[in-house]
Amino acid sequence: MNWFVEILKAIGLAALLFTFLAVVAAMFGVLLERKIGGWIQSRLGPKHVGPQGLFQTLADTVKLLQKEHITPYAADPAIFNTAPLIVATAGLMDWVVIPFGTIGTLVLVVRDLNIGVLFFSAMASMTVVGILAGGWASNNKYSMLGALRSASQMISYELPLATALIAVAMEAGTLSTVGIVRAQAGWLGSFVVRQFPAFVIFMIAATAEVNRVPFDLPEAESELVAGYFSEYTGMRFALFQLGEYAEMFAMAAMATTLFLGGWKGPVLPPLIWFLIKMYLVVFFLMWMRWTYPRFRLDQLLNLSWKLLLPAGLLWILITGYRLTN
Amino acid sequence: MGQLAAFIALSIITLAAAIVVVTSGNIVRSALSLIPTFLGVTGLYILLQAEFVAGIQVLIYAGAITVLILFVIMLTEGGTGLRVRQTTGQFPLGMLAAAVLAVALIAVFVGTPWPKTSGELPQYTAAPIGNLFLTSMVLIFEATSLVLLVSLIGAIIIARRER
Amino acid sequence: MQVGLTHFLVVSSLLFCLGLYAMLSRRNAVAILMGIELMLNAANINLIAFNKYVAPAALNGQVFALVVITLAACEAGVGLALVMATYRNLETIHVDEINVMKW
Repeated sequence: MNWFVEILKAIGLAALLFTFLAVVAAMFGVLLERKIGGWIQSRLGPKHVGPQGLFQTLADTVKLLQKEHITPYAADPAIFNTAPLIVATAGLMDWVVIPFGTIGTLVLVVRDLNIGVLFFSAMASMTVVGILAGGWASNNKYSMLGALRSASQMISYELPLATALIAVAMEAGTLSTVGIVRAQAGWLGSFVVRQFPAFVIFMIAATAEVNRVPFDLPEAESELVAGYFSEYTGMRFALFQLGEYAEMFAMAAMATTLFLGGWKGPVLPPLIWFLIKMYLVVFFLMWMRWTYPRFRLDQLLNLSWKLLLPAGLLWILITGYRLTN
Repeated sequence: MGQLAAFIALSIITLAAAIVVVTSGNIVRSALSLIPTFLGVTGLYILLQAEFVAGIQVLIYAGAITVLILFVIMLTEGGTGLRVRQTTGQFPLGMLAAAVLAVALIAVFVGTPWPKTSGELPQYTAAPIGNLFLTSMVLIFEATSLVLLVSLIGAIIIARRER
Repeated sequence: MQVGLTHFLVVSSLLFCLGLYAMLSRRNAVAILMGIELMLNAANINLIAFNKYVAPAALNGQVFALVVITLAACEAGVGLALVMATYRNLETIHVDEINVMKW
């Protein structure tokens, strides 16, 4: 009956992870975004609901839950309803390999796969199919165009993301995320110093992968209404947003695991260090959002194919040279 | 016992999704049900302790080839002609040929004893595969990368709009 | 009852024959390419199953399966580029309507 216990453990951990992400990432993250956006723009964010606006996202969620479920008349209902599920599931599956810290000698990770980094990259590439399905099934020209633009942007930036991950895995000698954290020692040994170009490439590619400004042309309200989720209402819209925010937090968590040393730090418990570092990266991503204007589509794709991909390949070559000499 | 349950579940997912792929009248639906097929095959690879190949399968097949097929469906007329007949006039012959081949293959596979040579699969297959690619199979590796380069250039040239 | 080699071989031969049926009897060129992908996946299952159950010491089966995945990606890319070029010139992608040599 060993396998039955394993299945129950897996279901329990998945529910715990989903609760943590739904509460922390979606709710707190949306609130954080609006407050930080407000402060950068010299105004206060939401202040009305709860003390200092802390319950704002709860109010938003209740509002979204009680909206009507509309399915367009000529849309394909099976595909229309499963597209947000694909996006949300791919965004949540990213979290399986991320180590949150240690308690004693037990590492807090859902499953320390020995192909951890490859699994992360694979789950990040599953989001594209959900977006294309959602855009197609809406039977709406704006959704279709937004989905095609978003899909082409995401597949173009998967390659530089993969080259940055490969360079880090080469230097650490393992594809497992826990192994990569253990291979970084101290402040000067962490990969943000030893692999700084890979860090830069990873951050740019991660911002483009989750469709954030300055790369959010597919969701631009002045261009395409709302892109591929124009026709979605209520809880399915919330599922798309949950998938995107979960993926943004997953990219931030991966950046801290791979480059900033994961859970290592002097005095505080490892879980606190992990959360501090992850929220620093999230703050950096939100800071970039409210500072930069939006790229045009051809500038975006040129950046990926003509600048980031050759830079990533060159860096892999340099890393290989450094490691063998 | 757990392995057998997992194998049966994964095989049913793979074969049911493959049946939807080959018989659905709506081409977008049959392209989207390639994803459960590929994920089921990934599960079978993990049962066979080939986790690196499983990761590459999800990354390339479910993540890239499915997207490519969906793009081409959306850019040609296949997506809009949804009420058109989807099978050619020779589908009885096709079904007969596939059924005969299935019976023959299964008869051969079940009836032959497959002896096992000695040895064990390594625990972490990515490092030995990498070693093999750079030592004894380096020619296959280089030839495959050359084929990738040629097909990349060829696909760009063929699909480009004539100026 | 243990999962043996024959279980995997039966699943892969059924998948192969489904792909063969798709290739022989569908009108849409993209559906034919989807059948080809199913056949390549079935062959990969065979390779990896044989690697585990018959010759586990050498990882040749998995290496070969990786090469097959890569070549399947190349072939899907070029095949779909051909379908798009055909659609641009002949206005149809149903293979039983493409029956003239020069139009």
